Amino acid sequence: MTADSKTHGAPPEDGHEGETRRDFLYLSGAAFGAVGAACAAAPLINSLNPAKDTLALASIEVDISQIPLGEARTVMWRGKPVFVRHRTPEEIEEAKDTDIAVLGDKQPDSDRVKKPEWLIVVGICTHLGCVPVGQKMTEERGDFGGWFCPCHGSHYDTSGRIRKGPAPKNLAVPPYVFVSDTVVRIG
Amino acid sequence: MGSSERANFKNPVVSWVDERLPIFTLMQKEYGVFPTPKNFNYFWNFGAIAMFMLVAMIVSGIVLAMHYTANTHLAFDSVERIMRDVNGGWLIRYIHMNGASFFFVAVYIHIFRGMYYGSYKRPRELLWILGVVIFLLMMATAFIGYVLPWGQMSLWGATVITNLFSAIPLVGQSIVTLLWGGFSIDNPTLTRFFALHYLLPFVIFAVVFLHVWALHVTGSNNPLGIDTKGPQDTLPFHPYYTMKDTFGLAVFLIIYAVFIFYMPNALGHPDNYIPANPLVTPAHIVPEWYFLPFYAMLRAITFDIGIPFTDVVIIDAKLLGVLTMFGSIALLFVLPWLDSHPIRSARFRPLFKLFLLALVVDFVFLGYVGSQPADATFLGLSLSYFGLAGTVYYYGFFLVALPWLSKNEKGRELPASIHESVLNQSKDAH
Amino acid sequence: MRKIALLSLALLFCLAAPSAWSSEAVEPPQKDWSFDGPTGTFDRAALQRGYKVYREVCSACHAMKHLAFRNLADIGYDEGQIKAIAAEYTFVDGPNDEGDMYERPGLPSDHFKSPFANDNAAKAANGGALPPDLSLIIKARHDGPNYVYGILTGYEEPPADKALQPGQNWNKYMPGHVIAMAPPLSDDGIVYEDGSPQRIEQYAADVVEFLTWASEPSLESRKRTGVKVLIFLMVMAGVMYAIKRKIWAGAH
Repeated sequence: MTADSKTHGAPPEDGHEGETRRDFLYLSGAAFGAVGAACAAAPLINSLNPAKDTLALASIEVDISQIPLGEARTVMWRGKPVFVRHRTPEEIEEAKDTDIAVLGDKQPDSDRVKKPEWLIVVGICTHLGCVPVGQKMTEERGDFGGWFCPCHGSHYDTSGRIRKGPAPKNLAVPPYVFVSDTVVRIG
Repeated sequence: MGSSERANFKNPVVSWVDERLPIFTLMQKEYGVFPTPKNFNYFWNFGAIAMFMLVAMIVSGIVLAMHYTANTHLAFDSVERIMRDVNGGWLIRYIHMNGASFFFVAVYIHIFRGMYYGSYKRPRELLWILGVVIFLLMMATAFIGYVLPWGQMSLWGATVITNLFSAIPLVGQSIVTLLWGGFSIDNPTLTRFFALHYLLPFVIFAVVFLHVWALHVTGSNNPLGIDTKGPQDTLPFHPYYTMKDTFGLAVFLIIYAVFIFYMPNALGHPDNYIPANPLVTPAHIVPEWYFLPFYAMLRAITFDIGIPFTDVVIIDAKLLGVLTMFGSIALLFVLPWLDSHPIRSARFRPLFKLFLLALVVDFVFLGYVGSQPADATFLGLSLSYFGLAGTVYYYGFFLVALPWLSKNEKGRELPASIHESVLNQSKDAH
Repeated sequence: MRKIALLSLALLFCLAAPSAWSSEAVEPPQKDWSFDGPTGTFDRAALQRGYKVYREVCSACHAMKHLAFRNLADIGYDEGQIKAIAAEYTFVDGPNDEGDMYERPGLPSDHFKSPFANDNAAKAANGGALPPDLSLIIKARHDGPNYVYGILTGYEEPPADKALQPGQNWNKYMPGHVIAMAPPLSDDGIVYEDGSPQRIEQYAADVVEFLTWASEPSLESRKRTGVKVLIFLMVMAGVMYAIKRKIWAGAH
């Protein structure tokens, strides 16, 4: 950005050589300023990432002995709902028999469960983050008997896989282990 | 900011924008080619440094506010969480904490420079007054900010300072209750202090804008204190002073960084790492160092003013102390009229220079007095006598010495022009 | 002029180090600490010994609520050790699905367990004196490391002319000399596995090391970052000075 308006005082250097040297000086000065500003900005921005206590937040243990066949529980993990569903033999059957080829996000049911009767998924629609309905027997469960997201009409099957609607991916499976037959630790 | 004369820019985008909003012309005029006296010394860096510190405080403060919780039960712990768990939180907090001190360092030097070289004199009186307004706002912001970590010094410093207002006759106690939003410094106070602490820096920013605007109307003063007489006396602001200011800033930042990284708590008080406890007052309450001289003046007044030989008290010690403290800042507002001497720079006023440097010593001494316990003694005398002596000199400087010097100091002969003086100097150097 | 500038700067900084905080206390002995100075770091072995001292002695009365078990990774414990340490404590959690509070073993994300349910319980159990939380004790005292070391090693028989009430103890480094805390340390009171001397002075020095880390866990990274920042700023100042010189060369 140069401007040719009336300046007071003589320019600091005359001639071509002085010009190059001055440009180099300006450039190095500007570079220092830019690097300094960037280095100062980095920790400020990084401080907005999850803090150590947030990252260390406890994993949760869920007692699944109280969930009757065919029903589901919603538990909170990292501020998000996790669906724990006690699937009926028919639902398991349906999930297993689905032809992988018809799926948008191709994943066999066996990759999504550790024990077939327990389906554990993060209850966040992969479209834009709403919580799908279908946890209660009385709620709408969509065309495939799993969950239905009322925000934009995504249908999930009994394995939590996307079957119809705008969502691009299956419901996510959180990391979990069976501590015992009746207790699952999520996270 | 009219559109009368626009600069020509080679870059078409810059040119396009400038035709519609002449912001680049403005920048060019006010910071590019702005004619600046060519004889500035390094004291003239501190305006730019103070500006940098204001921005640094606002930026680090906004990030801290994203992690801080303004609630008496959570505030202390949320600050500790920043120190321990937030990524780089300790750095941001230490930048902010020490930044307050270094902002004051820069501003105190800036104020001293203004006084030494007579920058407050005609035609720059309003520029000076705006500066004093910024100083007052800074003190309010710093004081309120010190309350937020909710340590012992936060609580008790706030208690003592807000209680100053109770000295006001008749309505004092009601004002204090209003400030507190309760019957002591408590959650409502903390919440409103947080809101104000976020707001005031932007008010400061606005007044700084006016301060700089006023500066660009009158132009800068200079070490000789004489007016610029033409292009031979000035240099364009860029690159001469942009580069000089950046160099000065870098040196300033080195000292600032030494504090942040190697002695981050040296300027603070250990008691503020003890959570606030309304039932226990620390043995020795002191404000932050930048308030100490004023605190000393407050404490120096331990006597009532009344009608002699009667019990009638006109002004009690408490009110008089508060008036003395606030009066010391009020004096700065009228400084341009207390000193009406035609010569600006102390270089050509040896007597004024002597009194002013004595004022600096006095101010530092008052700071020392303010840092000591109320019952301390010095050379076997109660320290409050020294505080009183310091206060008397401070007031005497403004109310007696300056008017007297204005009439009676002859002063030395002024150089004909900045240009000539600079030439003579470089001749002497060779 | 420059002299005045330097002088006023120096004076301003002098004010920052007020001299008369403790008018009656005896100045504690000045020890050399591994974390002192611009390059000082923590001694990991001392930190772990200090933690042992805290766990076995101090934690009977003093909380450290700002510390979590996961923080112990900083002083050299691995994940398994931290899980094991945390699991030694029982925490009340809940409510569960039935609405009841329940007990569970501690997790790395739990904070150190406080010995008392609240401050009033702590006071009641300690003859009215509240044992302060130690998370920040080093930063909350003037000359913190030496002060705490002094208190821990400063117990003495009271002078003949001073009568102490029951529950009071004489400590030469405590401001006022009277302290409610009974001498916490004794020689061979804690077993060190690494062969360090099991003496009061060693215990005190180790626990001060630990408490200093607890007060300022960022101390090491702060000093490391400082070196980089200072080098950058000094080079930048040098470059800016060269630029300024060059530009101003033709100005007069």
